[in-house]
Amino acid sequence: MQTVQPRSLPLRLPRVRPGGVLPILAILAVLLVLVAIRQPDFLAPSSLMSFLGRSAPIILLAAGQYFVIVSGEFDLSVGSLVTAQVVVAARLIDGDPARTWPVVLLLLAFGAVVGLVNGLITTRLRVPSFITTLGMFLILVGAVYLWSDGAPKGQLSEEFRRFGRRAVEDVPLLGRVPYALMVLVVLAVAAVLLMRSDFGRTLVAVGDNPRTAELSGVRVWRTRTIAFILSGLAAAVAAILLGGYSGVSFQAGAGLEFGAITAVVLGGVALGGGRGAVVGAMLGALTLELLFALMNFYGVSGALRSTVQGAIILLAVAVSATRSSSR
Amino acid sequence: MAALAAVTLLSLAACATDEPAASPSGSASAAAGSGTGDQSKFFVQADYDAELGLLDAAATGPADKPWEQVLNPTMVDTAKFKKNGPHKICFSNAALNNPWRQVGFKTMQAEVEAQKSRIKEFVHVDAEGKDQKQIADINDLLGKGCDALIVSPNTTATLTPAVEAACQAGLPVVVFDRGVNTKCPVTFINPIGGYGFGHVGAEFVSQKMKPGGKVLALRILPGVDVLETRWSAAKVAFDKAKVDVVGVEFTDGDPAKTKKIVDDYIQRYGTIDGVWMDAGAVAVAAVEAFQDAGKRVPPMNGEDQLDFLKIWKDKNLTAIAPTYPTYQWRTPIIAALRILDGEQVSNPWKLPQPTITQDNLDRYLDPNMPPLHYAMCGCTDLPGYPQRWK
Repeated sequence: MQTVQPRSLPLRLPRVRPGGVLPILAILAVLLVLVAIRQPDFLAPSSLMSFLGRSAPIILLAAGQYFVIVSGEFDLSVGSLVTAQVVVAARLIDGDPARTWPVVLLLLAFGAVVGLVNGLITTRLRVPSFITTLGMFLILVGAVYLWSDGAPKGQLSEEFRRFGRRAVEDVPLLGRVPYALMVLVVLAVAAVLLMRSDFGRTLVAVGDNPRTAELSGVRVWRTRTIAFILSGLAAAVAAILLGGYSGVSFQAGAGLEFGAITAVVLGGVALGGGRGAVVGAMLGALTLELLFALMNFYGVSGALRSTVQGAIILLAVAVSATRSSSR
Repeated sequence: MAALAAVTLLSLAACATDEPAASPSGSASAAAGSGTGDQSKFFVQADYDAELGLLDAAATGPADKPWEQVLNPTMVDTAKFKKNGPHKICFSNAALNNPWRQVGFKTMQAEVEAQKSRIKEFVHVDAEGKDQKQIADINDLLGKGCDALIVSPNTTATLTPAVEAACQAGLPVVVFDRGVNTKCPVTFINPIGGYGFGHVGAEFVSQKMKPGGKVLALRILPGVDVLETRWSAAKVAFDKAKVDVVGVEFTDGDPAKTKKIVDDYIQRYGTIDGVWMDAGAVAVAAVEAFQDAGKRVPPMNGEDQLDFLKIWKDKNLTAIAPTYPTYQWRTPIIAALRILDGEQVSNPWKLPQPTITQDNLDRYLDPNMPPLHYAMCGCTDLPGYPQRWK
């Protein structure tokens, strides 16, 4: 969350704190109203639950991306990491339910290692993270292609797919609660608590001004490396949920890195680091998914999605740049 | 709204424009109403008529070996290529980048092994889906002393000069799967084709669903001839049946995207009465979208991939599977050897294109094969079956 508490509530409304979650909440509310007008059924508990469940992976990726971005870096490797994880999981599980849990643990370790490598190359070898993670993206794409001869092999077990596909049935009031949503809620709470801890404050300080942080005794390289590891772990969980949702595919993670970055920016987090809340990033992802759902309800072509994403990135960065210039 | 959506989509896809001459008579006005949009510019009425005619044609050749059968054969003389064996056969492959090509290539390798007394060497070069690499590959192979050259072109127009150069080098050239714009190869082998595929699926879906019901058409991507022909034939069938095509969407062959699209349509329309798709790779994802939404799976088509056949059988779906058979990868080896024997072969060599229906489903569904295997591989009698394909 925000590191500096506002001393007093501003009386004039338009003065919104940079990096706050108010703007994103307002956008989300507007979209919800539009959805309610166009497709009231969508807000019924059952379809809302299923929407939240299938949005869980991108929300988690946005949280992972937030840690990296708020510390002043980028992670472009998460999309290909998700693809790699799904393909690896299918090949290792090969339909055998007994291998489900070992493979889940292996995927988490794999995600953490990729994050560690990204982090160490960026901080110790001083390669800009944009380049480091772009390189990792290409390495993972190539490695998966080579390892699988261009077409995924094997099969995910039903036990593995359960996390992304199944739900707890017959919950009072809510109906069906997807496992993916429960995973999301637990991890979202953990992310918020983490950002309120000393580590979270340090992370934001590092992104805001690494030099000052360094001089105050923070080991910047370690903090940033941990951020990359968190992003890798988020990608691993997202891969487990996505693979479960739709099964093994070579496109499982395609474009997710841009989705996550768009969501983070939309959530009011400053590119370059130092400002923004993890809740904002996750709400940004939710807003983005709701926007796509709304476009669907209005019959707007799915082909426009990437255009919309691009416009959001440009707009959000431009707005935050004009605001931060008066900081 | 639906028609508008489809039109927007198609115009965005930037491939469905003018060429009114190509559209079938009288369908232009019907098209707008049924939501299928304008006819694809890849549509050629004569080819469409020919392919639909071939669907009912009787094949010449052994009934238990469809990969040796020919529809409407026109034989050509090959005496000038007669040569003593054993032979060196070279193969320039467009790519191995999807399960269909993987299964096909394994089938071809097994055919080579089955013929090993007659083939001393089999050289395979994978162009990895790149035209430039395949042009260089073919050029390289010409200097390697091949007795026959098999080409599976990556794209039609770009590879034509390379294939022409190979013909001029004097060795027999066999082209299969995608074609080239030249008559110089000794034979061009492929199954009936995309119109037949698209028509079979669309006709089944429109017959099995309730009249005037809502159809969702799922396509992989626009602008690829083999896929455009599938959709254009389906469009003709849907227009004729007067079903309401509520959406034509592109999935990129991505199951997650497919599942979201189908889920979106279920949310938007409450129910979907039929699903047509131009390739079966994402069929299971579409089925799952209905299952997970708690809806009955409507009549649909898939392809002969085992994951779909299995869910069809297990869930007792109303389904059909037109095929683009992988057994066509056996035929070029057989053709090359016949040509080198100086035997006559048919050019073009049109292979039958069987359809899997409820009645013969059990014959093709082998639960022990992997989910991405293609049932129509014609490979059960080949060396190394089933292990090689697992």
